[in-house]
Amino acid sequence: MKQNEELANKGGEHGGFGTEIEDPMLRGVLRDFRGSVHAWSDAAYHRARPASAPMTRRLAWRRVVAWTLGVVMTAGLAGSGLYERRHQQLQAQRAHELEVEQQRILAAKRAEEEARKVEDLLARVDTDVSREVPTAMDPLAQLMTDDGVQ
Amino acid sequence: MAAGTALEPMNLATAQEIAAQEFAQVAAKHRPQIYRFLLASTRDVDLAETLAQECLLKAHRNWRSFRGESSALTWLMRIAINVLKDHWRNRRLQFWRHTRTNAVDADEASEWLPSGESSPEKQLLAREQVAGVWRAVERLSGRQRTVFLLRYVEEMEIAEIARSTGLSDGTVKAHLSRALGRVRAELGSRV
Repeated sequence: MKQNEELANKGGEHGGFGTEIEDPMLRGVLRDFRGSVHAWSDAAYHRARPASAPMTRRLAWRRVVAWTLGVVMTAGLAGSGLYERRHQQLQAQRAHELEVEQQRILAAKRAEEEARKVEDLLARVDTDVSREVPTAMDPLAQLMTDDGVQ
Repeated sequence: MAAGTALEPMNLATAQEIAAQEFAQVAAKHRPQIYRFLLASTRDVDLAETLAQECLLKAHRNWRSFRGESSALTWLMRIAINVLKDHWRNRRLQFWRHTRTNAVDADEASEWLPSGESSPEKQLLAREQVAGVWRAVERLSGRQRTVFLLRYVEEMEIAEIARSTGLSDGTVKAHLSRALGRVRAELGSRV
């Protein structure tokens, strides 16, 4: 604050424009600066401004289009993602069902083969037994003559 | 009783109309000055216009609170300074946002010179000196810049500047002295 007061005293009383400035060159420069700002401001203040309503409408349309596109793209991406996921789930389910069916068919085939093997074995056993073991009447039949008299 | 209730709204409406008319006159009168101060502070034609509108909007909302203790211009300048402060503060807070700015540099701002310089050499010299002042103004602190512009562009009195900025007369003078020192140093190094 004290420093401010010192500086204020050094600056002197500020009456009219630039009266506190002793240097005429600086005073002239500041006058030019002031004139420059005034000229710029006047020109900018009175410049022709583009009509804002069509711009705003165009901007609004652009925003609407951008939002719509964004929503459509997001929905499309999300939808395609969901569809892809559902598709993969269905494919996995079908593959699983196919695998189960194939396993079932394989198991049936195996069971069939096993049953056939057992039947073959039984048939072979029957055949073998029938060849090796004579029937109960065979010895008696050998003792008999052709005319049936012993 | 019935007459009283009928009259009261009418008086209120009339008072509001009068206040609106008064404000419209004040705004029309001082708008160029407000715009000029904001333009010199920001060096951005569009931003200055936006801030000037914001300033007048705030002034319109608070017009009832204006009691005429200071001039209307001083009161409006105070609002403009606050609007400007809010703008810089918001820009600092929104540092992540790369806002597009139309602010021109010191050389471009110095292109505008009042006609009257006699020779092209003098015009060139004046342009260089004005650009030097712009460069010095650019390096001033916010308060120094405000005080400097109010004094040497708007030609406001020290007391008016003090009321507009909320500073004491001594502080305003101190800021002015420092700002002048910067300008002098800038011009001394260039000219």
